Amino acid sequence: MATIFNDTQMTEFKRLVARYPEGKQKSALLPALHLAQESFGGWLSTEALDYVASLLSIEPIEVYEVATFYSMYNLKPVGKFVFEVCQTGPCMISGSDNIIEYIKKTLDIKPGETTKDGLFTLKLVECLGACGYAPMMQVGKIYKEHLTKEKVDSIIAAYRAEAASN
Amino acid sequence: MGVKLLLDKANVPGIRTYDVYRREGGYRAVEKALKEMSTEAIVEEVKKSGLRGRGGAGFPTGMKWSFIAKPEGVPRHLVCNADESEPGTFKDRYLMEFLPHLLIEGLIISSYALGSNDTYIYIRGEYAWIPDILEEAINEAKANGFLGKNILGTGFDCNINVQRGGGAYICGEETALIESLEGKRGNPRIKPPFPAIQGLWMRPTVVNNVETLAAIVPIINIGGDEYAKIGVGKSTGTKLISACGNINKPGVYEIDMTISVEEFIYSDEYCGGIKGGKRLKACIPGGSSVPILPANLLLKTAKGETRYMNYESLSDGGFATGSMLGSGGFIVLDEDQCIVKNTLTLARFYRHESCGQCSPCREGTGWMEKILQKIESGKGEISDIDLLWDIQRKIEGNTICPLGDAASWPVAAAIRHFRDEFEWHVNNPELSQTSNFGLQHYADPIHVPA
Amino acid sequence: MSEQTLFKVTVDGITIEVPAGTTILQAARQIGGQVAPPAMCYYSKLKGSGGKCRTCLVEVSKGSEKDPRPMPKLVASCRTTVMDGMEVKNITSDKVVDARAGVVEFLLLNHPLDCPICDQAGECHLQDLSFDHGKSKTRFEFQKRTFKKHDLGENIQLHMTRCILCYRCVFTADQLTNKRVHGILDRGDHAEIATHIEKSLDNEFIGNVIDVCPVGALTDKTFRFKNRVWFLKPMDAHRDCPTCSGRVTLWNRGDEVYRVTARKDEWGEIEDTPEGKPGWICNTCRFDKKEASDWVIEGPREISRASVISQGHYAGNVGTTKPTETFKAVNGGRAPHLLMDIHDESEVNQPNVHLGQIHGPSHGDTFNNKNQNA
Repeated sequence: MATIFNDTQMTEFKRLVARYPEGKQKSALLPALHLAQESFGGWLSTEALDYVASLLSIEPIEVYEVATFYSMYNLKPVGKFVFEVCQTGPCMISGSDNIIEYIKKTLDIKPGETTKDGLFTLKLVECLGACGYAPMMQVGKIYKEHLTKEKVDSIIAAYRAEAASN
Repeated sequence: MGVKLLLDKANVPGIRTYDVYRREGGYRAVEKALKEMSTEAIVEEVKKSGLRGRGGAGFPTGMKWSFIAKPEGVPRHLVCNADESEPGTFKDRYLMEFLPHLLIEGLIISSYALGSNDTYIYIRGEYAWIPDILEEAINEAKANGFLGKNILGTGFDCNINVQRGGGAYICGEETALIESLEGKRGNPRIKPPFPAIQGLWMRPTVVNNVETLAAIVPIINIGGDEYAKIGVGKSTGTKLISACGNINKPGVYEIDMTISVEEFIYSDEYCGGIKGGKRLKACIPGGSSVPILPANLLLKTAKGETRYMNYESLSDGGFATGSMLGSGGFIVLDEDQCIVKNTLTLARFYRHESCGQCSPCREGTGWMEKILQKIESGKGEISDIDLLWDIQRKIEGNTICPLGDAASWPVAAAIRHFRDEFEWHVNNPELSQTSNFGLQHYADPIHVPA
Repeated sequence: MSEQTLFKVTVDGITIEVPAGTTILQAARQIGGQVAPPAMCYYSKLKGSGGKCRTCLVEVSKGSEKDPRPMPKLVASCRTTVMDGMEVKNITSDKVVDARAGVVEFLLLNHPLDCPICDQAGECHLQDLSFDHGKSKTRFEFQKRTFKKHDLGENIQLHMTRCILCYRCVFTADQLTNKRVHGILDRGDHAEIATHIEKSLDNEFIGNVIDVCPVGALTDKTFRFKNRVWFLKPMDAHRDCPTCSGRVTLWNRGDEVYRVTARKDEWGEIEDTPEGKPGWICNTCRFDKKEASDWVIEGPREISRASVISQGHYAGNVGTTKPTETFKAVNGGRAPHLLMDIHDESEVNQPNVHLGQIHGPSHGDTFNNKNQNA
C-alpha cells in the first residue's frame, strides 16, 4: 500500500494542521498518525512514520517516540478487524475473562495474533471507559458492549459477512 | 428525586442537536455571561459556587481560574480534559455523547472568562466516534453565532478544536495532556512551572475536566450562591457518578451529594441493589485509584455514622478507614469477587499506563504486578504481602505525577482491609485457584429495605 | 549589573547564601560533601534535565521565612529553587534516607548486578549510589528485562539492559547536535533508548553521550574491554582542536593512551573551559587521537581519594607513614558528617581505655576481663 495521502486524506491532514497556531504544526502529530493509520491499512510502517515526519517538518525520531508511546498505534500489520477486549478491574469483575477465553477459542488465536485469513486480530487492552456496559471490546471506531458469547458469535458472523461482500 | 442540573434534559429527544438544545433553554448562559457579566464577575460566580474540579482531585475551580497569568500580548488557552481513562469512570463520555452542546456552552463561557480565543478539547483516542459529535455541535454553535468571530457582537472571538489522544491514561494528568496536545510523548512535566503560568506552548493555560466545564452553565444560569446551596458543606452542586460492577443498574447518575451510600447502591433510582440478590463485599467509590472499602466501612464510617456520597463523608477516617469521591467512578464488588485478582488487574493497569519517566513508578508498578500475579497464582509467600506494602509505600508521594499515588493506593487499601484474604491465598495455594475467599467477616451487608 | 538578590538557605543545619533562582541541589553542592544529594539524571550542563530519577529527593522542613510551612512531600532538589529562609533536610531526614533507599532499589530492579564484567565499573554513578544508599540484598526475585546490544555507529555501543532512563543522552543530542536520531521509544518499564530503525549517530559531538551516561549503557567502543579504569592513570592534556576546546583527560597505561574523555568535575559532570563554557569534546579528540604525541600533557588528573581509580596512584608508601593532614583538611574543611561519641554508644569503649590496649575482639567479656586484670 502506498504511503502517500490521496487528495481527500491530504485535505483532512491540512485541516488538522490548521487547528494550531503558526509554527506549532507538531501539535497535529497525534491526529495525523490516526489519519495515516486509517489511510495505510490499519497500521503504521516506518515509511508511514517517516512520511508523517516529513509532512510536519519534524525529525523522524520525534514521530517514532510518539508512535511507540501511545497504545492505539499499531506498528505491525493487523487483521481487518481488531478486537480490543478490555480486561481491567470493572470488566474483569463483570466476566471479561470468559469473553476473552471464548474469543480465543472461537477464532483460534492468542492475544496479539491474527487469524490465518487475515480478518481478525485479538488484543487485550486496559480500561476503555465503558465500565458500566461491561464486558466490552472496541472494534475500529466502535464499542461493542454488554458482551455475551452469543453476541460475540453474531459480531464475528457479521464481520465475516462484511468481508465476504467486499 | 434529587436536583438535576446537568442531566435534567438528557432524555429530551434530539437534545444532541442545536435546535432542541436551544429550545430547551440552551445557550442562555452564554448570552447572560457575555452580554451582562464581566470576566471577573464570572470568575467570582464560580468561586461563590464552591465548584470543585470533577476530574478527581477536587480542586476549587474558581481558585484555579484566578491563578492564570495574564502577561501582556501572550495568548492564553483553556483546555478541556476529556481524556477520561480512570477505570470505573465513564461520566464524561456520557455528557459528550448525549449533551455535547452543554459542554460547548460551558466551554464558551469559560473561554470568555479566561480570555482563551483558541480552546481545545483533548479527548481520549478510544472515544473515536465522539469527536464527530462534538465537531457537529461546534459547527452548529458557530453557525448560530455562539462561536467564531465577534460572538454575540461582544468582540470576543473563540474557536474550539477537538484533538484525539493516542491511547494513554497518563494524558489525563494535566501537564502530560499538554505535552500530548503539543504532539509529544505524554510525559508529565516537572512542576513548577504550573500550567497557569506556562502551559500549552508555554502560554498560560487552564485545564478543566468535562463535567467541571459543563457545570459552569447551571452556575451562570442560577448564580453561584444558589448553586452552593445544593449539596452539603464543601461538596456543593451536583456530581455525576458512573456506577459499574455487580449492580443491577450500571450507568451514569447525577446526585446532589446529600444521599447516603446505602441509598445510592440499593435504591431503584440509582444502582438498584446488588445483581442476583448477592451480598455486597466491597466498593471502590471514586475510580480505581482511590482506596477500596469493605462493605462495613462503606455504608457506615468507622464512627458508626451513615456515610454519604460526598467529598467529606467518603474521605471520613482518612485512608485508614475512609476513601475518596475522586472522579465518581463507583465500582461495586459482590461476595463472589476476589480482592487479590481485582487488585492485580488494577496493578497491571497502572504498570501498563506508567509513562516510565521516573524510577519509582516505572519500576515499582511492574514489581507490584509481578508479586500480585505470584500471589494470585498460588505461589505467594506471607513475606510477599509485606513486601507489597513496602513497595507501595516507597512509590507513594515520591513520583513526578500522581500516577505513582494512584498505583499505590489500591494496593495499600486492599492489604489494609483484606489482608486475611491475601494470607488465605498464600496459605491455600490450590484451593485459591478454584474458589474464592468470599465474604468472611467483612460485614453484615445484607440489605434490609427501609 | 545590579546587585543580585541573595537567599539564605539551610541544608542539614549548614546555612549559606545563594542567588535567587538557585536550586536546592546547587546550593547543597556549594556546601559540598555528603550534604549534596546524589543525582542520577540531573546534569547542570543540560537544560531540562533532572526530576526523573528521584535520588535527589529532600525534605523541605521550612518553606521560607515568609511561609514557614513545610512542603508536604519530598521534593526533587534538582528542580526546586530555594526560597529565602528555606530549611532543607537531606541526610538528616529519616524520610529522605528511607525514600532514597527505595529509589536505589527501584533503579537496581532491572539493572544487571554484574559490575565485574561491566566497563563502567569504577566510575559508575549507580555503583556509587548503591554503595552509599543501597541495601546489600535484593528483594526482587523475578527475571530482569534485557535487551540486545546495539551499535550506534562505529564508536558507540548501547547496552540498553544497563540503562536507567535518565534521558541525559537525549538532551545531549538535542542540545549539542542539530539532528537527533535516537530517543526514548515505548513507555513504562518497556521504555528504551533507541533509534527505532538501525541508524548510526554520526554527529561530530555525539560522543559526549558516553560521558554523560551515569551507567554503562553507552560505552566507547574504542575502549571497551581494553582495560579497567583503575589500572589507568588519568592525565589532563590538551591539543589545538579546530572543532572543540581540545581539553581532555587521557587514560594512560605507561605511555599508551587507552581512552580519551572530557574532564569531569567532582560531581561527575563535564568541567567548564576557562571561558566558562561546558568543555564538551569532539569525536576526533575522543576516538581518533590515541597517540601520546597527539597531546600536550599537563599533569595527573586529580581524582577523589574515595574513588577506586585513585588506588595505587600515590607516589609514597600509603599506610606506612602517619598522615599529617587532619580529616578536616582532606575533606574540604568539613568535619565528618556522622559524628558520634563512641563512648556514648558502647560500654566497651570507656574513655580511660584505649582501644589498642584491648587484645583480640572487643566485646563485653574482653573488656570486663581487661578491667578486672587492670
